[in-house]
Amino acid sequence: MTFDYAPAPESRAVVDIAPSYGLFIDGEFAPASDGKVFKTVSPSSEEVLSEVAQASAEDVDRAVKAARKAFEKWSALPGAERAKYLFRIARIIQERSRELAVLESLDNGKPIRESRDADLPLVAAHFFYYAGWADKLDHAGYGANPRPLGVAGQVIPWNFPLLMLAWKIAPALATGNTVVLKPAETTPLSALFFADICRQAGLPKGVVNILTGDGSTGASLVGHPGIDKVAFTGSTEVGKAIARTVAGTDKKVTLELGGKAANIVFDDAPLDQAVEGIVNGIFFNQGHVCCAGSRLLVQESVADELLDALKRRMRTLRVGDPLDKNTDIGAINSAEQLARITALADAGEAEGAERWSPSCELPSSGYWFAPTLFTGVTQAHRIAREEIFGPVLSVLTFRTPAEAVEKANNTPYGLSAGIWTEKGSRMLWMANKLRAGIVWSNTFNKFDPASPFGGYKESGYGREGGRHGLEAYLAPSSPEGAR
Amino acid sequence: MNTVDRLSVLKTYKLYVGGKFPRSESGRVYEVTDSKGTWLANAPLASRKDARDAVTAARKAFGGWSGATAYNRGQILYRVAEMLEGRRDQFTAEVAAAEGLSKAKAAAQVDAAIDRWVWYAGWSDKVAQIAGSANPVAGPYFNLSSPEPTGVVAVLAPQDSSFLGLVSVIAPAIVTGNTVVVAAAEDAPLPALSLAEVLATSDLPGGVVNILSGRTAELGAPLAAHQDVNALDLAGAGQELATELEKAAADNLKRVLRPGTVNWTADPGTGRLLSFLETKTVWHPMGV
Repeated sequence: MTFDYAPAPESRAVVDIAPSYGLFIDGEFAPASDGKVFKTVSPSSEEVLSEVAQASAEDVDRAVKAARKAFEKWSALPGAERAKYLFRIARIIQERSRELAVLESLDNGKPIRESRDADLPLVAAHFFYYAGWADKLDHAGYGANPRPLGVAGQVIPWNFPLLMLAWKIAPALATGNTVVLKPAETTPLSALFFADICRQAGLPKGVVNILTGDGSTGASLVGHPGIDKVAFTGSTEVGKAIARTVAGTDKKVTLELGGKAANIVFDDAPLDQAVEGIVNGIFFNQGHVCCAGSRLLVQESVADELLDALKRRMRTLRVGDPLDKNTDIGAINSAEQLARITALADAGEAEGAERWSPSCELPSSGYWFAPTLFTGVTQAHRIAREEIFGPVLSVLTFRTPAEAVEKANNTPYGLSAGIWTEKGSRMLWMANKLRAGIVWSNTFNKFDPASPFGGYKESGYGREGGRHGLEAYLAPSSPEGAR
Repeated sequence: MNTVDRLSVLKTYKLYVGGKFPRSESGRVYEVTDSKGTWLANAPLASRKDARDAVTAARKAFGGWSGATAYNRGQILYRVAEMLEGRRDQFTAEVAAAEGLSKAKAAAQVDAAIDRWVWYAGWSDKVAQIAGSANPVAGPYFNLSSPEPTGVVAVLAPQDSSFLGLVSVIAPAIVTGNTVVVAAAEDAPLPALSLAEVLATSDLPGGVVNILSGRTAELGAPLAAHQDVNALDLAGAGQELATELEKAAADNLKRVLRPGTVNWTADPGTGRLLSFLETKTVWHPMGV
């Protein structure tokens, strides 16, 4: 006799999505100058949720001008006043978190369990954290009286739409900058709801501007001569294009790009905890995580035991309706992304790795990909080198700690890494040797506004979060100094 | 008594790569003159191959140098100052010739450069304390951020300050554990090539600093495009060249420090020091 879970759907009634949305410029919603729109769909059902404006270069110009105009007064406000606006925003996010979580799961496809328990609490926490910095910038270590840069052009991805918005907007506003933010094409809705939160908080007009659109809107924003700072989270390929665009300008840039993290399990690791960490590392948010632990490096002597336990655990993962509270893995964000994941997984098979997935029934409409494990992977395989950005784990083995370091660092990326061992000295030795911006030891995929996040090498430059996250939005008081 | 004036011994200036003093692999040299156009020496005209060799040497040295203790690195930087102090007159003469300065003004530049080594020597074991942090995350985790060197830094030395400017861009990059490839000031490379002799005798491991003389644009291009270079200091590049090199650097997302107007005699602050650092954050659960 088997016990099945009864469906436990979260109500959609808490969120009211309008049939169409304009651009949020200078405190007002307005259609795109050329009237262009595009549709945003729910990836779990392919249902059209709403129609949003496609911002043109002219709209970008208007938004940058609005932000520039607002900058004068906003940057001149005492830090304590700016702080109060950010505290208000944090509070309103908490009040509306259920609504926003449902909206995020609808538009993005991520399980409600994650949007409710991970995304939204972190979104509020980021505004609280940076609110507290606004009147303490003299103590941040960037000199006395550091200056804001001006207008920040921010482009964010679709994997954590509201969380990435919070990572970008909270430090920018705390330091006295104004922003023009472009959410991802496939997940524009929560940013537009955030515009309404800015209105409720009484934020001065033009301080936050939201432009929906595709890559061309992002390119116009990044290339606009009126912005002083570019902040981008997304693919390494686009990051490189942005770095070329801003070459020779005075624009300050931070880039949070791709990753191919090694999650390294030693033979003395607590295996059950490690299995949970591996699952969380690669299947959190359908693997749509730049810091996902997509390369499992396991010590040869425990490889079989660990893989058995991992497969056992993977059989319990529930794939399906993102709004069901029991769902572990939701929908792939878009048809395009599903095609990319499918192609790379097929390449893994073609190159000789062994593919395994638990048997699971996928819904008939929407975009889905079963949690997938590849064994017999070598370092030359594409699935071990390229970022897949989906629920696909490649397993490699090693014998010595030195070999683990060698393999872990054998990538152009350097965003994150995981270490599983009970031996403290080994953990610290490994953490020291790994060329990655975040090292999770005996844990994985932990985030906190107080903790700096960002990569080495081709995972981009700059840090978000913590005291370090302020640097990206400040000019030192002395003219000589960092970029 | 012999009344014939003694003929002085001229020095053949050489590159400094991997702790050795090779001639350019190209066999080329170029004439270096003083500010009045009088011939001083033939400097090696380094080639793209020399630049690549220097990157290889810098990469090879990176593990050992970045793995050395901060105390050790500080001692070595201070040793450079000690060695320079003893050759103060030589450098004063070279800087005076290179930049057309009076002896007094050149001596002031050299003194400032020596003091700059001392200043940066003291940073080696302090930078982690000002650039790192313990992070109070909302959960039972130990969470610590510390700075680490970026890797191999390619430096185009300032054109307007052949020695003080040079030292001001090398010292902050290496004190934190980076290794560097330096293209010396194009028209005034001799103080840089002589500095190599000091570095070679200061316990600095070979390859930590590699010095090339030649055409800045010619050397800048392969360094900016090199896939094993992690960062670029464009101090000595003009606006046009800097833009071109910054674009090339995007290929592997090198950290780029853009050129600007810098008063090399002023307090350098921590800007250059922090530009070639990464921040690593380590999480570990706390429990019993």
